[in-house]
Amino acid sequence: MMDKTVNQKAWFLVLPVFLIVAFSAVLPLMTVVNYSVQDTFGNNQFFWNGVGWFKELLDPSSDLGGRFYASLLRNLAFSAIILAIEVPLGILVALSMPRDGWRVAACLVILALPLLIPWNVVGTIWQIFGRPDIGLLGYTLNHMGIDYNYVSNEFDAWATVIVMDVWHWTSLVALLCYAGLKSIPDAYYQAAQIDGASRWAVFRAIQLPKLNRVLLIGVLLRFMDSFMIYTEPFVVTGGGPGNSTTFVSIELVKIALGQFDLGKAAALSLVYNIIVLIVCWIFYTVMTNAGVDHTKREGAV
Amino acid sequence: MHTIPGRRIILLLFLIFLLLPIYWLVNMSFKTNTEIVSTMTLWPHTPTLENYTRIFTDESWYSGYINSLKYVIINTILSISFALPAAYAFSRYRFLGDKHLFFWLLSNRMAPPAVFALPFFNLYSAIGLFDTPWAVALAHCLFNVPLAVWILEGFVSGVPREIDETAFLDGYSFPKFFVKILVPLIASGIGVAAFFCFMFSWVELLLARTLTSVNAKPISAVMTRTVSASGMDWGLLAAAGVLTIIPGALVIWFVRNYIARGFALGRV
Repeated sequence: MMDKTVNQKAWFLVLPVFLIVAFSAVLPLMTVVNYSVQDTFGNNQFFWNGVGWFKELLDPSSDLGGRFYASLLRNLAFSAIILAIEVPLGILVALSMPRDGWRVAACLVILALPLLIPWNVVGTIWQIFGRPDIGLLGYTLNHMGIDYNYVSNEFDAWATVIVMDVWHWTSLVALLCYAGLKSIPDAYYQAAQIDGASRWAVFRAIQLPKLNRVLLIGVLLRFMDSFMIYTEPFVVTGGGPGNSTTFVSIELVKIALGQFDLGKAAALSLVYNIIVLIVCWIFYTVMTNAGVDHTKREGAV
Repeated sequence: MHTIPGRRIILLLFLIFLLLPIYWLVNMSFKTNTEIVSTMTLWPHTPTLENYTRIFTDESWYSGYINSLKYVIINTILSISFALPAAYAFSRYRFLGDKHLFFWLLSNRMAPPAVFALPFFNLYSAIGLFDTPWAVALAHCLFNVPLAVWILEGFVSGVPREIDETAFLDGYSFPKFFVKILVPLIASGIGVAAFFCFMFSWVELLLARTLTSVNAKPISAVMTRTVSASGMDWGLLAAAGVLTIIPGALVIWFVRNYIARGFALGRV
């Protein structure tokens, strides 16, 4: 690693980024804070409401609080399920990648394809694919005698949203793991072969440790993106049937842009953002610490 | 050696799982609506290009693509040109608050767009940019500028520091060194970063839809409004979907080895 020199003038180079991100992140957040402590009579007349909105939001017995906790639980359940499927599946796919040649390139291209489709089109694809009348999946399932309809059945709606997310994002975990696996020198495998290590031992002792870092990044990205998922379920199920697939972002947009309830939306936004920040900070700390431990260990050897 | 038994079958099944829904979309886009609604056919029996011709001739459809391209291109240019100097600074120097700044940028990549929808709407209405490509382009800078900084930082760090020093000894000024030497050296990195800025701006819907109404309406919003209309024109919707996949599919080959890096914020 290169030693970096201390140079405070570097701030001049960072300043444009600082300004543009501050303009699009800090300024809007200030208006959110502003709204979150005020109530309105309409006509742009606001008065001080203190922590009233926050109290209501965090009180499960109120309408707003009930909706918030319900959508939060739903969202956490969703994130947990997709992580439990996508991480092992991603590792499996990465381990199954061909060794070299044109096949690798072809696989990489196909794997990357879902990642580059606009999120609303991902929704459209699964809508068209899953409908019992015109969709291959819905039609086949119904003709096999399984009563499948994601519009009216809660379980089917959940299953569709989860399979859609697995379809959309497993490739990301797979590509990350593949990048991690590729960085393992061949000598490691040769040594394992000489030692007569089993396939499982190779995975546990050589491959998994190398995957730690990329998996951490993968879990972080997948958790964050599934925690703020909006477009795909919105297009497919619209948050329904009932409220069964209304995740936090969908609830927030409903309150903010549907009902134009500024105070409630702002309070929800802030709490939502704080949760994201905390999780983000934990991951960042773990990630940097893991890096430090790693270099120390390597340095000692 | 890093593979497992039965890998061909696992991989094949997974790739089919990935391609099947996409095939169905493409299949639909070449069918007439009567064929879609009345029969279940695995390939178009009466193939038609009518859905595509309608999109290319109806202004309310093709203007959606033009509007999307406008803000995506503005955003890509803005993100890259802002991020380049910062990437150099992060790669070469330590300075007051650099770690905190890096974390702060990371947190913006992770912030839920839904939180920003309403304040952005107010902000851009107040400064008179609402319903212009600039509003969406600036809004997408929220996550694309940090992304570009990270990707480019990785590529700048790959350039040996001796090159900087030699250039400065040869009497190059900093801007001249930047444009004449550094930028050509990391040209491929700039290409990769531009690709990801383009993609992340292209796939985003919520902010793009919130910040536009008539004049700058992006294709994704045109599509969702068709979905909510009562009479479903599935063939047309499928054709519009296929057309949004094309820009990504065209460039994917050139960036296939960088996909993981781009999504992992340059950390892989």
